[in-house]
Amino acid sequence: MSAPIHIRPDETFTLNVGPQHPATHGVLRVKMEMDGEYIVKAETVLGYIHRMHELMGENRTYPQVLPNLSRLDYLGALGYTHGHVLAVERAAGIEVPERAEYIRAITVELNRVASHLFWFGAFVMDLGGFTPLMYAIEDREYILDMLEAITGSRLTYCYYRFGGLYNDIDDDFIAAAKAFIPRLRKSLKKYDGLVTGNIIFRKRLEGIGPISAEMCRKYGATGPVARGSGIDFDVRKNEPYSVYPEFDFDIPVYHECDSLARYKVRMDEMEQSLRIIEQGLEKLPDGPIMPKKKPKLIKPPKGDYYQAVETARGSFGIRIVSDGTKNAYRFKLRSPTYSNMHMFDEACEGMMIMDALAMMGSLDLVIPEIDR
Amino acid sequence: MSLTLLNAVVAVVIAIGFAALNAAYLVWAERRGAGRIQRRPGPNVNGPFGLLQPPADGIKLMTKQLMIPGGADKALFMVAPVLAMAPAIMSFVTIPFSGSIVAHSMNIGVLMIFAFASMGGLAILFAGWGSRNKYGVMAAVRAVSQSISYEVPMLITVITIVMMTGTMDLKELALSQSGGFWNWNLFPSLSSPLMPVAFLIFFVCTLAETNRAPFDLGEAESELVAGFHTEYGSMGFGLFFMGEYANIVIGASLTTILFLGGWGCPFGLFPGVWWFLLKIYLLIATFIWIRWTFPRTTIYGLLNLSWKILIPISLFNLLLTAGLLKVF
Repeated sequence: MSAPIHIRPDETFTLNVGPQHPATHGVLRVKMEMDGEYIVKAETVLGYIHRMHELMGENRTYPQVLPNLSRLDYLGALGYTHGHVLAVERAAGIEVPERAEYIRAITVELNRVASHLFWFGAFVMDLGGFTPLMYAIEDREYILDMLEAITGSRLTYCYYRFGGLYNDIDDDFIAAAKAFIPRLRKSLKKYDGLVTGNIIFRKRLEGIGPISAEMCRKYGATGPVARGSGIDFDVRKNEPYSVYPEFDFDIPVYHECDSLARYKVRMDEMEQSLRIIEQGLEKLPDGPIMPKKKPKLIKPPKGDYYQAVETARGSFGIRIVSDGTKNAYRFKLRSPTYSNMHMFDEACEGMMIMDALAMMGSLDLVIPEIDR
Repeated sequence: MSLTLLNAVVAVVIAIGFAALNAAYLVWAERRGAGRIQRRPGPNVNGPFGLLQPPADGIKLMTKQLMIPGGADKALFMVAPVLAMAPAIMSFVTIPFSGSIVAHSMNIGVLMIFAFASMGGLAILFAGWGSRNKYGVMAAVRAVSQSISYEVPMLITVITIVMMTGTMDLKELALSQSGGFWNWNLFPSLSSPLMPVAFLIFFVCTLAETNRAPFDLGEAESELVAGFHTEYGSMGFGLFFMGEYANIVIGASLTTILFLGGWGCPFGLFPGVWWFLLKIYLLIATFIWIRWTFPRTTIYGLLNLSWKILIPISLFNLLLTAGLLKVF
């Protein structure tokens, strides 16, 4: 059903999907040239939620920008603040105690699981199944409660500091995390039975929404979207940062290039994240969570710094050009969903609107992160 | 049975009351059932077990302003919700709840119900077209192609049963299956060994005809916002909503009468209206269960299922039954 069709331009009509539409999960607008149910041409229109985070990064001092980063992606906020603190630490040459690095890895992975769980529910809801969303949210609630206890917030965290953390984790957190791991493993099995094995679900995803590896390279797609197209790239493995080299985990890669492959990548990633959390809790060293020596005012020396991290949605990069003052001269964010989403225009041509919106769900779009 | 005018009016009023009450309280049942399935309470604030929720919703819908979008075809826009609800209520008149409880028994009851069911598609087309909304038109086209393709296997299955029993009177159809569950049309008989398959076909078609999940393409809200009733608010929306549930009751009643022995007891004891109600509410519970478990199908998957699988099988069943009826 995804074979391209050719029609004369005077037989089509324009359909505005968004900025307010249940399928776009935010204020994304897609202008679709339609021929009945078929999409002839699609054009994504951005900018409805642009908040100039990059400019704010240049007008404020480094610590002042810290809360901004968690407003990019409200589902996996810790990954983005992680990128920022790593970039500034690299620029200013701040040492991080080992315990802090471990806690960062554990919390980032927990946040990744929470993000994937919510995506799983919302994706199945895009396909018309409402119940899995409630189950996924119930599991995600445990993670949010855990993170709330140590960070003080539920979605837009500001937990990491330059050089360490704001708050140490306690025994309650460790016990809750240890209890959560078997619980989620059981749930993942249940989701497999309820959703992955369902014939309607498989028919709607298998072979639908093809995104080739070439297209991923052309648009710079990363994360689960690229890994569903057979590209074995994960920043945690390919450009290791923090304490990730110490952990034993796999990068799930599927070569089918369809929506189901992207679904499977994310479901497998949750299991791998659980493995990282398990190992992190086991190896967690004692010690301080902030370095003894830390500059009062952060003024990185002149230079150009870049740090990439793997967030729930893909490779997130921060480029900081410092002129030696307390503000950055240039603050550039490379957000993964921005690149992932732009494939939609090309990939959905000739598809039916149902399949196209199922594919859009499989890209895992978070609109505030696209517009920044 | 002699039918005076007063009797007829009372019977029709009871039928309408039953339809409206069911439509209102099935919404409550659906929301409570969905709550059970999704591990949340569902509506439980208004009254005991949330039982006052349907009247509260009704009052809210009735007091809202009816908005007619600019550029809409006013006549069609206004007619569509009434057209969705009226045939559903009218169909109740001919459904026998037991041997004696029936508003008006007629010898072409099956035909009448299908004639009215076809008008439901017309209501959806009017709503989608009249509201002048692209989503509405797309949804209307979907819903109409869906109801056309699912009426065919449904009718073929009904013809098979009518051929076996030799009557189109719903009462006679139910009476022909009385005595015990082995007499039900659900189970294979000598002249029609494929009856369980026919029941499955009929059940799937009922789901599709009533626009229920997983076949709710007319109101696929993740793609088409709210489908054909995108532009409706107030009681216009309310009538569509009630029409949907009234149609579900009719679908369940028809399935019960055609396949599950109507008001007959499975073991031949105490036949009566309670068995009928038990059977239809079990079927409706199954509808609700299916809706909250399965994702939505695609429009081409849906049409392929009808034209490539259901119609050939039901035609084969018809031919087989016709042949075997001649033999035995």
